[in-house]
Amino acid sequence: MLIELTDVRKAFNQGKPNEFWAIQGITTQFEVNRISCLKGASGSGKTTLMSMIGCLSRPTSGRIRLQDRTISSLPERFLTQIRRHTFGFIFQRFNLIPGLSVVENIMLPAYPLGLKASRLRGRAERLLEQFLLADKASNPVEWLSGGEAQRVAICRALINDPQILIADEPTANLDSRLSREFMALLDQLSKAGKTVLISSHDPVVFDSPCVDRVVELEDGLMVAGER
Amino acid sequence: MIALLRKQRYFIDYTLGTMMRHKGKSLGLLSVYTLIIFMLASVMLFSHAMRSEAVALLANSPEIVVQRIQAGRSVMVPADYLQRIGKLRGVTEKRGRLWGYYYDPAVKANYTVMASEQDQLSITDIVIGEGIARTRGLSIGDYLTLRSHQGKAFSFRVLRLLESDSELISSDLLLMNPQGYRQLFGLDESLYTDLVLSVRNPREIQKIAEKLTRLLPDSRPILRSEILRTYESLFSWRQGVMLILLLGSVLAFVIFAWDKASGLSAEERKEIGILKAVGWETGEVMRMKFWEGVIISLMAFLIGYLAAYLHVFYTSAGLFEPVLKGWSVLYPRFQLTPSVDGLQLATLFFFTVLPYTLATIVPVWRTSITDPDLVMR
Ligand SMILES: Nc1ncnc2c1ncn2[C@@H]1O[C@H](COP(=O)(O)OP(=O)(O)O)[C@@H](O)[C@H]1O
Ligand SMILES: [Mg+2]
Repeated sequence: MLIELTDVRKAFNQGKPNEFWAIQGITTQFEVNRISCLKGASGSGKTTLMSMIGCLSRPTSGRIRLQDRTISSLPERFLTQIRRHTFGFIFQRFNLIPGLSVVENIMLPAYPLGLKASRLRGRAERLLEQFLLADKASNPVEWLSGGEAQRVAICRALINDPQILIADEPTANLDSRLSREFMALLDQLSKAGKTVLISSHDPVVFDSPCVDRVVELEDGLMVAGER
Repeated sequence: MIALLRKQRYFIDYTLGTMMRHKGKSLGLLSVYTLIIFMLASVMLFSHAMRSEAVALLANSPEIVVQRIQAGRSVMVPADYLQRIGKLRGVTEKRGRLWGYYYDPAVKANYTVMASEQDQLSITDIVIGEGIARTRGLSIGDYLTLRSHQGKAFSFRVLRLLESDSELISSDLLLMNPQGYRQLFGLDESLYTDLVLSVRNPREIQKIAEKLTRLLPDSRPILRSEILRTYESLFSWRQGVMLILLLGSVLAFVIFAWDKASGLSAEERKEIGILKAVGWETGEVMRMKFWEGVIISLMAFLIGYLAAYLHVFYTSAGLFEPVLKGWSVLYPRFQLTPSVDGLQLATLFFFTVLPYTLATIVPVWRTSITDPDLVMR
């Protein structure tokens, strides 16, 4: 067991007339070394739940534990440390920074570590090789195709060698061939020891043989996948 | 420790990269900011330089000047007033002066003409300041023709050029033989323009002035300290007027800076969200923006100040000469002696660089303390 959620709830605009409970009490666990998938229609709360697990936001109530540490109540400083060392994010729209080159985008999460330039560069180049982007290293990211941008986002998520990868609807902008290729990449990473948490309403993802567990969300509640 | 330094380097590199990416915004900010610094610094440098010139100008002037007043206007002083003053205790020297202005239509400028006894000038010799030499294209040995009060042309030979620390003193000065002066302006032997008294002990000046008004009821003694004060307030007043004029542009700048530097574009806000999401601390994001503010404001300050320095001391503050110099538009062109006031420099720095840097930091802080989960959407 690695990630444990206990009655996690999240409200937006709490106390205001437009108060909205996006997550309405979720209790579950996600295991190490597995690929878990959050399945659900748009608006069901997938992004909100993954943000809380990834320390990008805090639950309104309930508890999230990572290993043996309760992260849901930590102050911002510690959340940043956890984000930096434990999580790698692959965002739905990739969120690469335009104007920066491929390799600069990839190195971004590592700047605060203050690594030696040669070591940092070495790490980035190894990832670029691995994900077949070596010849694109100094191109601006605007020049990339969808599949390439996706792989750059993966490289960026991996630069600090995190234990957990979080991917929010990663195939939404890819065709089905690229989506299958992406799942194959995730499979490799999982076999190499990473824990993967992925959200999607794409059957290519949740029906993929490499997904170990599917949790289904509906209106902020788990409707399937409990154990 | 080394890791910390490397970290700073990465942040600065990243900042420079960001500024290059937003070239339009950075350059726009830089140029407006530079212009403001340039204007403020120009006014400050100019008025400071003018004040120093005034002090230099008066340093060698006599302690007391005596004018004669008739019907409320100053008129020529009869030479026998020197005898009427007689011997006053504390006065080391007393003499009559001959001076006035000559309007030269050729260059549309007034020269200050003074009779000089020290220079042993012959009746056709003159000594001129550099301003006159420049505007008339005269050098030693050349002739300058002036028209007398009767319209008769007098030719004078340039014997020498005046040298002085302060061009304001000497630039428009024309020295000639007293006899030549009297002929040119048609002035009687028995008259002077004014009288000057040298006093060794400054504490006696006031008392001597009082004695003078008793001895010569139609005279007006003018003390050097009073002139100095008048100059000071004149320059301060003019500087004030300029600063008020500038206030409008400064305000515009503040609004502009607030809008541009502080108002973050959607793109920048997203960038901050991404940086935070991938593990940058709030402080690290802010440091980056801090460097951006520092780089822009320091560059603007240095360029603006340097430009102002060149403007004031190498082009004689060409841009606002008419406003600041006002009392004589016919003044020959002159050059100011470079001088910088440390306090003014520091004031300018603290009222421009500091607030700007703060203005850039605050909104970034507000953006970067909010949850970065927005970038997920
Ligand atoms: N900042 C917010 N303020 C108000 N409501 C929000 C906010 N963010 C998300 N929501 C709402 O929460 C619900 C869940 O959103 P989200 O987690 O993004 O769903 P999903 O990722 O499954 O599409 C949606 O109905 C959405 O409108
Ligand atoms: Mg979503």
